[in-house]
Amino acid sequence: MTGSREHQEYLLRLADNPLVLGQRLAEWCGHGPALEEDLALTNVALDLIGQARLMYSHAGRLEGKGRDEDAFAFLRDAGEFRNFTMLELPNAGPNAGGAAEGDYGVTIVRNLLFSSFQLLQWEALARSTDESLAAIAVKSVKETRYHVHHAAEWTIRLGDGTELSHARVEQALAGLWPYAAEFFAADTVDRAMADAGIGVDPSVLESSWRASVLDVLSAATLVEPKEARVRSRGKFGVHSEHLGFVLAEMQFLQRAYPGGQW
Amino acid sequence: MTTMDWPLYEVFIRSKQGLDHKHCGSLHAADDNMALRMARDVYTRRQEGVSIWVVPSVAITASDPECKDEMFDPAADKIYRHPTFYKLPDEVDHM
Repeated sequence: MTGSREHQEYLLRLADNPLVLGQRLAEWCGHGPALEEDLALTNVALDLIGQARLMYSHAGRLEGKGRDEDAFAFLRDAGEFRNFTMLELPNAGPNAGGAAEGDYGVTIVRNLLFSSFQLLQWEALARSTDESLAAIAVKSVKETRYHVHHAAEWTIRLGDGTELSHARVEQALAGLWPYAAEFFAADTVDRAMADAGIGVDPSVLESSWRASVLDVLSAATLVEPKEARVRSRGKFGVHSEHLGFVLAEMQFLQRAYPGGQW
Repeated sequence: MTTMDWPLYEVFIRSKQGLDHKHCGSLHAADDNMALRMARDVYTRRQEGVSIWVVPSVAITASDPECKDEMFDPAADKIYRHPTFYKLPDEVDHM
């Protein structure tokens, strides 16, 4: 089965998100606030990278031009990536410089917002007419369910914690919330895929997402931030200045030693 | 940072249905549910088990190593109590 252009595009969107977030979470390796959280975050990162790998391999086979998972991950430029802008932001937050130390509140809230969305997506995609995609979704939904629970428990403890933890996670939420609107912006690709039974139109997931996220926020004594007036467009290849740095670090080795193996 | 305030928990994992939970280590966590999550992240990465128990270390009362002579040596010469004089069938002989 060779996929249509829309099918390819749709799969790459599904793959780029976990790859970029996985790469950001991996930056916590060795720097976690506690050993157990170091392991937790890198476990989440490995789950996400695994999801990306499966999706890229599927996209490569569908494309039929011999591109494998490495080609998609390491040899595309920033403008070809389809990840949400939220996921490429520094761990220290949207306004941080590249070298700033990671902020745990930002990391946890981002995981909560994105994983809650991804969970709904996987649950819907388990019914995809694209059998490989459905199989990936069935496997991934268990991992993502854990990601949501982990992020939710931490959000609740940080939000309903000390004055300092509450203030910091509130700030993290305010900084990230505007970037979530992009998750639900459906375009012709989404609608074509939904019509074909291959994909899910993300706009139909918004109300469930809000319900589950607001549930967690209220247990965390956090208030929903005001709606954003500007929408990010990473899904359409229009990225922040941060993605270039993420990819430079991730892709350097493959590009410096093309085809290198060890 | 206040991770120093996190109490210590002992972690027990059951490797598969029907066996007993075995002690596999300890960790610091903010509370019981976090201890469970952390035990999953730290101690089950390589498919070590299907069930986790976490117990606050303060809940465990342990025998004093200094007293092990008086606690355990007297049992050694009471051979009429030892279960060593019959052969178990192979099917159950893993005790």
